[in-house]
Amino acid sequence: MSFERTFRDDISIVLAGEAGQGVQTIEQILTRLFKQAGLNVFGTKEYMSRVRGGTNSTEIRVASFPIAAFVNRVDIFVPLDAKAMDHLKPRLTDKTLTVGDRENLKTEKEILNAPFSKMAAGIGGELFSNMIAAGFLAGILHIELAIVYEVIQYFFGKKSADIIEKNCTAAKQGLEFGREACAKHRIHCELKRDPEVVGQIMISGHEAVALGAAAGGCNFIASYPMSPSTGVLTFLAQHGAELGILVEQAEDEIAAMNMGLGSWYAGGRAMVTTSGGGFALMGEGLSLAGAIESPMVIHLAQRPGPATGLPTRTEQGDLELALYAGHGEFPRVLLAPGTVQDAFLCASRAFYLADKYQIPVFILTDQYVLDSFYNAEEFPSVSGEVTYFVVQTGSDYKRYRFTENGISPRGIPGFGEGIVCIDSDEHDEGGYITEDSDVRTAMVNKRLKKQNLLPEDAMAPEFFGKEGYKKLVLGWGSTFHAIREALRRKGEGDTAFLYFKQVYPLSGKVAEYMRQAKEVVCAENNATGQFAKLIRRETGLSVDRKVLKYDGLPFSVEDLVAKL
Amino acid sequence: MEKTAFELKECDVAWCPGCGNFGILNLMKEILAELSADPQKLVFVSGIGQAAKIPQYMKVHYFNGLHGRALPPATAIKATNRELTVIAESGDGDMYGEGGNHFLHAIRRNPDITNIVHNNMVYGLTKGQASPTSEKGFKTPIQVNGVILEPFNPLAIAIALDASFVARVFVGFRDHAKQILKKAILHKGYALVDVFQPCVTFNKMNTYQWFREHTYLLDDSHDPKDRTQAFGKATEAGKWPLGIFYQYEGKPVFEEQLSVYAQDPQPLFQRKFRKEPVEQLIRKLKE
Repeated sequence: MSFERTFRDDISIVLAGEAGQGVQTIEQILTRLFKQAGLNVFGTKEYMSRVRGGTNSTEIRVASFPIAAFVNRVDIFVPLDAKAMDHLKPRLTDKTLTVGDRENLKTEKEILNAPFSKMAAGIGGELFSNMIAAGFLAGILHIELAIVYEVIQYFFGKKSADIIEKNCTAAKQGLEFGREACAKHRIHCELKRDPEVVGQIMISGHEAVALGAAAGGCNFIASYPMSPSTGVLTFLAQHGAELGILVEQAEDEIAAMNMGLGSWYAGGRAMVTTSGGGFALMGEGLSLAGAIESPMVIHLAQRPGPATGLPTRTEQGDLELALYAGHGEFPRVLLAPGTVQDAFLCASRAFYLADKYQIPVFILTDQYVLDSFYNAEEFPSVSGEVTYFVVQTGSDYKRYRFTENGISPRGIPGFGEGIVCIDSDEHDEGGYITEDSDVRTAMVNKRLKKQNLLPEDAMAPEFFGKEGYKKLVLGWGSTFHAIREALRRKGEGDTAFLYFKQVYPLSGKVAEYMRQAKEVVCAENNATGQFAKLIRRETGLSVDRKVLKYDGLPFSVEDLVAKL
Repeated sequence: MEKTAFELKECDVAWCPGCGNFGILNLMKEILAELSADPQKLVFVSGIGQAAKIPQYMKVHYFNGLHGRALPPATAIKATNRELTVIAESGDGDMYGEGGNHFLHAIRRNPDITNIVHNNMVYGLTKGQASPTSEKGFKTPIQVNGVILEPFNPLAIAIALDASFVARVFVGFRDHAKQILKKAILHKGYALVDVFQPCVTFNKMNTYQWFREHTYLLDDSHDPKDRTQAFGKATEAGKWPLGIFYQYEGKPVFEEQLSVYAQDPQPLFQRKFRKEPVEQLIRKLKE
């Protein structure tokens, strides 16, 4: 068998090993290394709900052009143990170049043997085998040793000189071994570098949500840890002091939601981050937000259910949950970012909308979009202004004063002369409990009136394609990049794509877009086509075909090339 | 300050005549006036139930939220604006039953709030079922053969969690109750006052007379600084002691340990948005 390969402008590298074996460390080093070399990078991982053992894998795509979607194809596979070989088996083909330590892998298959462990022993122990592997891949991709050293300095700068030196030695040996392998086996890499990439930001979905929230003026987050939503809480906890954000780990999601509402009441700008099961516990508090007309921002990171489901995997299965959660009738907004830029913008906008309309606003993400990261060509700038809608109260202040558009000026205790009374019971304008039918009807109308204002302030879906299209693909949230790349690959000029980053309420001419197509296809990461149902509810139009995936994994570009 | 400062002009009270809640309402208005509490800076937080309606009958800011959920918003309100005086007041079902988990964790956090619990050992608003504090053998339309569960002991639990102020009063001993409630409000840190209060409609067992006969006032021989002694008093068989069981002065307060106040003492709503720290973090991602 020959190891001769020519990698042109888009390489998919997959690393796989047990939890705790260091897949993540290699991933961090490599992705930084590639970006610093001027290569476009995309990383996504799939992992098991366990701290040790099992098999986790990371896909790193490196390309001459921007990439941001998961591909099924594996060009270079680096298994760290024998189990990893089996785990990835369905995705490996004759074209895959498998590189690894034959001794550890115990395989009969033809692999490019790289004795990482033996080399590591010479440096100071098994610990260094990951750095040798990273160096090896840098060698295959012709990356200069100087960049490798720079990255080692970045990661290990605070460690002892001995550790830095040993890591440099490990990387150097790996890199040289990689270069030799290239020469010996005629492995060519034709990736083009782009110096602009070096200065771009590399950001994950959860970082983008957290930073977006901060840019929206978030100053309070109470939450209970739950995959895959915890990254946002962790990020804000790490940077809470500098950002001026009060971070509290609540005893449960019920408390988290009610704390958030308490904070808004007292003049804070609060959010919660959670996943399906945790959000289910927040249903009551969500309804309270509806009743007391409190702003609230909910980051709902979806994962496959029902119940505990697949805790570390991905799905777009909670659209209907977010849409219908909470007893009673009250307005809400659902945003669903599909890019890191939109994750930032949606999180920031959620605070604006929540405060302006005094309603709960959702940011619907999922494990895939949160855990994936890439270099972003353009990233939104932080607005210097945050619009605050809190008013100073007068002595005759009434929290629920009837107004033409249904929005009553929102006062807070301790700011002005008024008394601010809010009640989960039906209440009169002053916030006092009432069972008067006329007041009840007027209050329901007042709350629902706000729903009518929301479409005007909604983010319209983005259209990609040319006039005269025959096929229209609908997608929302995290499927964005995979759909885009799949359609680009198919190269069908008569197919257009409508991407929704706001899924409720809808704005723009969705029905018009749909009517112009002969076939409307809706692609979603769930089993029942929840967005297609929502589209029908809102426009009266059915989609012709649904492309669904609900095995806990994201759509690959190949999946969509085949099915769209 | 006059008691009328907290009086509402119009008020349609939903309690039964003779309800123990009236006594507490009057006491609270008097206490707040005597303490010269600033009405602009005073927030009541309650859940759902008959007791939870108390803020509706006073001229105060209130957050009348969900059943069992008074303590999380109360904690957050205090943490968001430390200049506010926060009183979380509700019934035994609300605080100890539906909100039991929040009760435990509010004590652990030790926010500077006062937690007043109207304890009548029965559910009033839902018409006469057992509450977490109902005594064994108490018969209701649901507990038809009498309560068989061990009654919830809020004071023992609070002391076990090293709550910073733990007291019990009986609304019928007005002056004593007033004095203790005042101390609770002035105490810095989480303060629990369990208030015995008869439900004249649904609890024919624990009446005014019964509470008088089954309680006694703690005297000087009790040292509220002694946690072991306090725990002993909280678990004592026979008559129920009334007074301050336990007080831990100087216990670190939740909102004073938050990093958000390390550099800036201002309430969150008074702060201007600063874009620089966000931009700085974004810049770091370019490195």
